[in-house]
Amino acid sequence: MEMITENAGLLLDAIGTTLLMVVVAGVGSLILGVLVTVARVSPIPILRRAAFLYVQFFINVPLLALLLLAVFALPDAGLILPLLPTAIIVLTVYESAYVAEAVRSGVNTVAVGQIEASRALGLTLWQTLRLVVIPQSLRAVVQPIGNVMIALAMNTALAAVVGVVELTSRVNKINLVYAQPIEIFTGAGIVYMLIALAIGLAAGRIERKVAILR
Amino acid sequence: MSSKKPGAVSYLYEVPGPRGRRRILIGSIVSALALAGLVGAALWQFGVNGQLDADRWLPFLDVAIWQYLGVGLLGTLQAAAIVAVLGAALGVLLALGRVSPLRWLSWVCGAYIEIARTIPVLLLIYLMLFGLPQLGINFPVLWKLVIPLTVANSAVFAEIFRAGILSLPRGQSEAAFSLGMRGGQVMRLVVLPQAVRNVTPSLVTQLVSLMKDTSLGYIVAFTELLYRGQVLSSFNHLLIQTYLVVTIIYLVVNGSLSGLASRLQTRPGRRRAAMTLPLPTPGGSSTKKASNV
Repeated sequence: MEMITENAGLLLDAIGTTLLMVVVAGVGSLILGVLVTVARVSPIPILRRAAFLYVQFFINVPLLALLLLAVFALPDAGLILPLLPTAIIVLTVYESAYVAEAVRSGVNTVAVGQIEASRALGLTLWQTLRLVVIPQSLRAVVQPIGNVMIALAMNTALAAVVGVVELTSRVNKINLVYAQPIEIFTGAGIVYMLIALAIGLAAGRIERKVAILR
Repeated sequence: MSSKKPGAVSYLYEVPGPRGRRRILIGSIVSALALAGLVGAALWQFGVNGQLDADRWLPFLDVAIWQYLGVGLLGTLQAAAIVAVLGAALGVLLALGRVSPLRWLSWVCGAYIEIARTIPVLLLIYLMLFGLPQLGINFPVLWKLVIPLTVANSAVFAEIFRAGILSLPRGQSEAAFSLGMRGGQVMRLVVLPQAVRNVTPSLVTQLVSLMKDTSLGYIVAFTELLYRGQVLSSFNHLLIQTYLVVTIIYLVVNGSLSGLASRLQTRPGRRRAAMTLPLPTPGGSSTKKASNV
């Protein structure tokens, strides 16, 4: 117990960093993921191809390799940012590919009549996407996006490997002092479970609110 | 795959007329320029910093480097294979427990699945690295990677198998019961084979995710691809080049697996097609089936 009280400030800081990464990368990947989906269903072949390659790249490459590349290698090319923003950017682009996959499967659930109706009303393609297709797709994929966000929360732990002092890194450091690994890591695991639980409950709530009954 | 295929998203717009074609052409040119600009800026940034110099890339023509990385790739494949086998086996058992009518068994399996899915693998690895030696248990380095990955992946496999079991029409098991089979036989002979066939694409996708997870071997110093890349880069000081090469190897290996998954998804086996695919609806708006746009 005393190791928690003695390190309460550090632990809260670390949890704050983890939550910051989850929230910023989560919002960022949602926006980026929707944009990639729009590119992927657009009538412009080169954009479709680029979006497809984007998604395939990030789905097939390990996050850890990207983090190492961004944090340790890219500074050699003069591309350098502070550690935390770098980790958040990598997490954002990585998870946005998964968001794009989820949203695209939502686009497939929008009934063809919806699109025919919006065309019949004279909406342009952009209006159709913005007002009809994307809102309905997002409503259909609340749960899958919730799962992506939970995966994102788990993946923030990898930032510890490149030196971001978030929860996993902090408890690892505390363990080096107190050498009570089982208690410490179990405690951290419970915090992660609570974060995942909160995301899951929020997703369930949002889904009940916005789901389209067909 | 092709935009001509009737299906998921091609009905977003009609066949474009002359004006639409002109707009698409303009859009293509603008986006091509933007993408080329992006790639150009990246290359320029690399070039200015001397990262494109020939002497920084020529070492990768050496067979020895590829052999060195190849050993790492073998380690990755080995770890992935073990995790896949153990995780899938454990996953089937967990899924069976989860759908079992025994309340307590279903509860225990459900709790395991939820817990294992919501704890970062890195934390499990740290627990293996620091926690178990304290209890006097020490595993070889391969198992320090494989056990945490199996714990995490078996939960995901269990969810996939459960989805497959629940997706089968009830008539299948009812028919099997009416033929006089016992519960175990129904599962083993009727439900599971079909369930597994139905979720094959998800299983292959999970295999890709699992291959990516083995890169955590970097932390336990298990000889896998990323770890070898890191050792190599600290030796030759070609950080960008080495990590890019490693990234591309991952991309090629996992990309072929992903390609297999989407092929399985769009071209299901004949027996399955006859069984579960719904009749094509007019307008081709059959949902769920991911189209490969």
